[in-house]
Amino acid sequence: MNEFSLIFRNEQNPDVQFSPEQMQDILKQWRDWMGGMAAQNKLSNPGNRLGFEGAVVRKNNMVTDGPYAEIKEMISGYIIVKTETLEEAIELAKGCPVFNAGGCVEVRSIIPMAVCEGTVS
Amino acid sequence: MEKDKELIPHLFRTEYSKITAVLGKFFGFEHIEIAEDIVSDTFMLAAETWGQKGLPDNAVAWLYAVAKNKAKDYLKRNQLFSDKIAAAVAYNSPETYEIEIDLSGKNITDSQLQMMFAICNPVIPAEAQIGLSLRILCGFGIEEIADAFLTNKETINKRLFRAKEKLRAEQVKIEFPGKDEVTSRLNTVLTTLYLLFNEGYYSLSQNVPLRKNLCLEAMRLTYLLVGNEATNQPAVNALLALMCFHSSRFEARLGQHGESVLYEEQDTSLWDDELIARGQYYLNKASVGNIISKYHVEAAIAYWHTTKPADKWEHILQLYNTLLILEYSPIAALNRTYALSQTIGKGAAIIEAEKLGLNGNYLYHCLMGYLYSEVENTSAVANFETALKLTKAQADKAKIRKYISDLKK
Repeated sequence: MNEFSLIFRNEQNPDVQFSPEQMQDILKQWRDWMGGMAAQNKLSNPGNRLGFEGAVVRKNNMVTDGPYAEIKEMISGYIIVKTETLEEAIELAKGCPVFNAGGCVEVRSIIPMAVCEGTVS
Repeated sequence: MEKDKELIPHLFRTEYSKITAVLGKFFGFEHIEIAEDIVSDTFMLAAETWGQKGLPDNAVAWLYAVAKNKAKDYLKRNQLFSDKIAAAVAYNSPETYEIEIDLSGKNITDSQLQMMFAICNPVIPAEAQIGLSLRILCGFGIEEIADAFLTNKETINKRLFRAKEKLRAEQVKIEFPGKDEVTSRLNTVLTTLYLLFNEGYYSLSQNVPLRKNLCLEAMRLTYLLVGNEATNQPAVNALLALMCFHSSRFEARLGQHGESVLYEEQDTSLWDDELIARGQYYLNKASVGNIISKYHVEAAIAYWHTTKPADKWEHILQLYNTLLILEYSPIAALNRTYALSQTIGKGAAIIEAEKLGLNGNYLYHCLMGYLYSEVENTSAVANFETALKLTKAQADKAKIRKYISDLKK
C-alpha cells in the first residue's frame, strides 16, 4: 500500500463570511467525503486545515506576511490517503468538495523519511 | 432445598471469581493453577456438604473460610513449594511467614482490578485475554467459554493453557499499573472488555442466556473500573454508556429462535428505558476532558439509535464518519452505508457500498440484499443467496430464506 497526499488549493478571501448554515453545509460535504474514503479504509490520516494567519520566511531572515501576495491559490489543507496506485488516489480526489469553491487538488506521492538514504538511525 | 439448588450456581459465578482473584493474586501466575484448584475444591466441598446438611447461615463466609484453610493447608503440605512461594510473597510483603489471605471486600475489588490489568496484557492475543477473563474474572466454565466462541472444550483448554504459560514466561505481575502507565494500560483493558461485550452481543451462538451473561459480566467489570478513582476515566464511562445503550435493545434485537432482528423491524416497546437512562448518565460523565475515544463516538451512535427524531440518521451518519476517520472497521463501514441509505436513499447508498471492497463478507451481502430490495429485486435475491452461503448460523439462514421468498412473491 502506498500513501499519497491530497493537497487542497483554492482562492481564499478572509473577508468572506459564511452564514452558520452555509458553514454547516460545507462541513457536512467534507465530513461525508472523508467518511466515504475512511469507509473504504483508504484514509491514512485526516490531515489538517490551514488557517489564514501565517508568514513566509526566506534566507537572511527575510519574513513576509503570509503567501497571499504571490499566489492566487493558497493551500487550504491536506489529507493523506493510502491506495495501491496514483490512479486510485486521483479517483478519490475527484469527489473532493474543494471543487465547489473553485479550487483544485494536488495529488502527490509520499516518500517516508525513514527510508531515505543517509538518515541517521 | 430447591432454593439452595438455585443459589449454588449463582454463588459459584459471583464468589468463584472473587476468591480466584484474591488467591490468584496471592500465588501469582507462577502458581495460578493452584489457586484455581483450591477454589474448585472449595466449591465441590460446598456442593457436597450443603447437599447433605443444607445451606449454612452465611454461605459466603463459609466459602471464604474453607478457601482460606485450603490455601493454608496447601502451603503447609507442600513445604518445597511453599519455600518458593514464601520467597515470592516475601518479595511483596516483609512479613514472610505470616500467611494472611485477605478476603475483605476492598481486597477482593483490588485483586479483581489487578487481575484485570494482568490478564489484559498485549503479550497474549485478544482471544486469549477474553478467554482468561471469562475463566478467572467471571467464573465461566470451560464448556461455556467454548460455547461462546463456537468451538470445543479442547481448543479453549489449550488456548488458556498457552496464555498462562506466556504470562508466566513474560513474568507478568498481578498488580496495579503505576500512575504514568494507567491510561495506556487501560486501553488494552477497555479493548478486551469491549470485545467481551461484543462476543455476547453479536455472537452467532444461539445460547441466549449465555450471551446475556457475557454482556452482563463485561458491564460488571467495566463498572469495577468506574468505581476506582484511578480508572474512572472518560473513556471508561463512555464504554459503560455504550454497553448500557446496546443492552437496552438486547431483547428487541433477538428473535424467538435467537436470530437477529433488523433495527427497523424491532419492537421498540421492548427497549429497556432504565438502561437507556443509565447510558445517558454515563455518557454525561464521559463528556469531560478533550479526548474523544472511539467509545465516545460509538456510545453517541448507540444513543441516537435509542431515540426517534426525524433527523437522527443524519446525526448517526456524521458519527460514523467520525468513527471511521478515527479507526476503520468493516462493520462501521457497513453501518455508515446503512445510515446513508436512510439519509440520501438506497440508490446512492448502493454506489457507495460498491466501493467498500467487502465482497465476500456475509454482512455486506445482507446489506446489499436490503439496499437492492424494491430497487432491483433480482440483485437483492442474488446478494441474499450469496449471504446464505456465507453464514453458518441456522437462525440467520432461516431469516435470509424468508427474505428471498418474500422477494420472489
